[in-house]
Amino acid sequence: MTIKFPDIDYAAIAPLLIMFGVAALGVLVEAFVPKRARHLTQLVLALAGLVAALVVLVTQAETRVVTAGGAIAVDGPALFLQGSIIVLAIMAVLLIGERSLEKGGPFVAQAAITVGSEDDRRQAARADGATEVYPLATFAIFGMMLFVSANDLLTMFIALEVLSLPLYLMCALARRRRLVSQEAALKYFMLGAYASAFFLFGVALVYGFTASVQAAPGRMAGGVDFATIHAAATQSPANRALLFGGLAMIAIGLLFKAAAAPFHVWTPDVYQGAPTAVTGFMAACTKVAAFGALLRVLYVAFDGARWDFTPVLGAIAILTMLVGAVLSVTQTDLKRLLAYSSIANAGYLLVGVLAGVREGISSTMFYLVAYGFTVIAAFAVVTLVRDADGEATHLSRWAGLGRRSPVFAGVFTFILLAFAGIPLTSGFISKFAVFGAALDGGQTWLVIAGVITSMVLAFPYLRVVVMMWLSEPGESTPTIAVPGALTAAALVIGVAATLVLGVAPAPLLNLSDTAGQFIR
Amino acid sequence: MTLSPYAPIVGLFALAAFFALFSVASARIAGPRRYNRAKLDAYECGIEPSPQPVGGGRFPIKFYLTAMLFIVFDIEIIFLYPWAVSFDQLGLFGFVEMVMFIGTVFIAYAYVWRRGGLDWD
Repeated sequence: MTIKFPDIDYAAIAPLLIMFGVAALGVLVEAFVPKRARHLTQLVLALAGLVAALVVLVTQAETRVVTAGGAIAVDGPALFLQGSIIVLAIMAVLLIGERSLEKGGPFVAQAAITVGSEDDRRQAARADGATEVYPLATFAIFGMMLFVSANDLLTMFIALEVLSLPLYLMCALARRRRLVSQEAALKYFMLGAYASAFFLFGVALVYGFTASVQAAPGRMAGGVDFATIHAAATQSPANRALLFGGLAMIAIGLLFKAAAAPFHVWTPDVYQGAPTAVTGFMAACTKVAAFGALLRVLYVAFDGARWDFTPVLGAIAILTMLVGAVLSVTQTDLKRLLAYSSIANAGYLLVGVLAGVREGISSTMFYLVAYGFTVIAAFAVVTLVRDADGEATHLSRWAGLGRRSPVFAGVFTFILLAFAGIPLTSGFISKFAVFGAALDGGQTWLVIAGVITSMVLAFPYLRVVVMMWLSEPGESTPTIAVPGALTAAALVIGVAATLVLGVAPAPLLNLSDTAGQFIR
Repeated sequence: MTLSPYAPIVGLFALAAFFALFSVASARIAGPRRYNRAKLDAYECGIEPSPQPVGGGRFPIKFYLTAMLFIVFDIEIIFLYPWAVSFDQLGLFGFVEMVMFIGTVFIAYAYVWRRGGLDWD
C-alpha cells in the first residue's frame, strides 16, 4: 500500500498559518511573559501578526489554487474576504487593546466564575488588565479566515468551531455588568452549539446524497468537498430530498452565524451583553466570515439547486429585513438598536447573495467591507459615552449629547447616516450595489422589500440623531470620554473608510469585481 | 433509492430495545430485593446531581480539569499510534506534520502547567 500525500501550497495558505502561529504564540505569552509586560506584548504581537498576514496576502493576490488535499480553496473571494477580515480585525484589536477608558481595560481574566461571588468581585476590581482576550481573538480571526476559504464541508465545520468557541468566551469577559455578560455568553453558546449540530447533520445528509448519486458510474463513495457536491447536484437525479434537507440544515447553521431571521434571537442579547469592543468585532468580522462561507456554499457547491433555494432564502431575506427594521424602531438601548440594525443588514446582504450573478458576489463582498468599517466605528463611539457605571447605552441618556460634545455627536451622526444609506456615505453605495446586482439577477421582489425596509430603518437612526442634537443635556447626560490613541485610531479608520467608500468607491468596487470569481 | 441496506440497523435498534427492556424487567422480576443506601444511589460517577446543596451548589472541578487534559493527550496518542506504525512510508512529510501537531498540543500543555492547572490545591 502506498500513501498519497496531500499537495500543500504553503505560500497560498501562509496568511492562515501566520494567524495560527500568532494565536499559539499568544497562548505561550500568557504562560511565560511576566504579568506587567503581557498587555503590551500581546497587543504588539496581535497587530504585527495581522499586518504580516495582510502583507503576505497582498503578495498572493494573484493566486488561484485549491490546495491541502482539496480542503482549502485560495481564490478571489477567499483572498478578498480574508483581507477584509484582517483589516476589520486590526480595528477590532485596536478597540480591544484600549486601556485608558477604564482602569485595567474592559475585560476580566476568567469568564466562568459565579457571578456575585467574592472571587468575581475581586477579579472585576483588579486594576491590572486581563490579556486572555488576545489569543482568543486571534484564534477566532484564524477560524474566520479558514471559514471563508474552506473547500469542503468538514473543513468548514472545523473552521466554524474554531471561530465560534473563542467568541463564546469573549462574550463573557466584560468587566462591568458581569451577569448580563455571562448570560450573553451562555445564550450564544447554547444556541450556537445547536446551530452547529444542524450544520453537521446537514453535512451528513449531503454526504448521503452524493453517495447515492455517484455510486452508479465510476465512483464508489460520496464526498463533502464542493466539487463533488456540485457534480452530484447538477446530475438532476430522481430523488433530491437528501440534497434539499442537507442544504436547508447547512443554511440554518450559516444563517445563525449571519444573524438572519428567524435564527436571529440571540443577536440583541449577545450584542448587548458582550464587551463593546467584542461586539464590534462580532458585528464586523463574524458577518464577513458567515456571508463569505454562505457565498461559497451557495455559489460553488449548490449552484445546481439555485432555482430551488432562491425562493426559500429570499423569504428568509425579506423576513430578516422586516424583523430587523421593525424591531429597531422599538429599541431603547443603543447596543440593542445596533444589533437589530445588524440583523436588517444581514437581510440586505442576503439580497446580494441571492442575486445569482457575478455582481452578486462582488457587491456582497463590497457591502461586507463597507458595513464592517462603519459598525466598528459605531461601537467605538459607544465605548466613549460613559458615566460612573461604565458605558451609558440607554437611548434616553444620549439625549442632548450634541450640545455637550459636538465633535463626537457629529461623528456618530455621520455613522448613523451611513447606516441609513444617505448618499456620500459607503452605506448608500453598498446598498445601491447589492440592489443593482439583485435587479440584474431578476430578483425584483427582494429589491422592493429592501427599499421599503430601508425607509423604515432610517427612522430609528434619525430618531437618535434628533435626540442627540435637539434635546437639552440634563443632569444625567453622560460625559464623552477622551479616547485613547487606540480607540481614536480605530474611529478615524472607520469614519474615513465610510466617507472614502461613499465618495470614491471605484477602487474597492473594481477590486471586489475582479475578485468575484470562485474556483471549484 | 432502496432502503434495504439499512434494514440491519432497524434490526439492531430492535435488539437494543429488547435487551434494555429485558434487563430492567428481568432484574425486577427475578432479582433479590435487598436495598441499602449505596444501591439506592443514582447510577452515576462524580458529583451527586441532586439534591442541590445550599448556596448554589459549589463543587471542586479538579477532576474535570484532569479529565479534560487526559482527553487532549488521549487524542494525541490516537494520532501518534497509526503514524508510528506506518512511519517508514510517511517519511519526512509525516514527521514534520506530526512535530507540528505535537508542538500545538504542547503549547496548550505549557499554558496549563504555567497557569497552575496541574496543581491539585
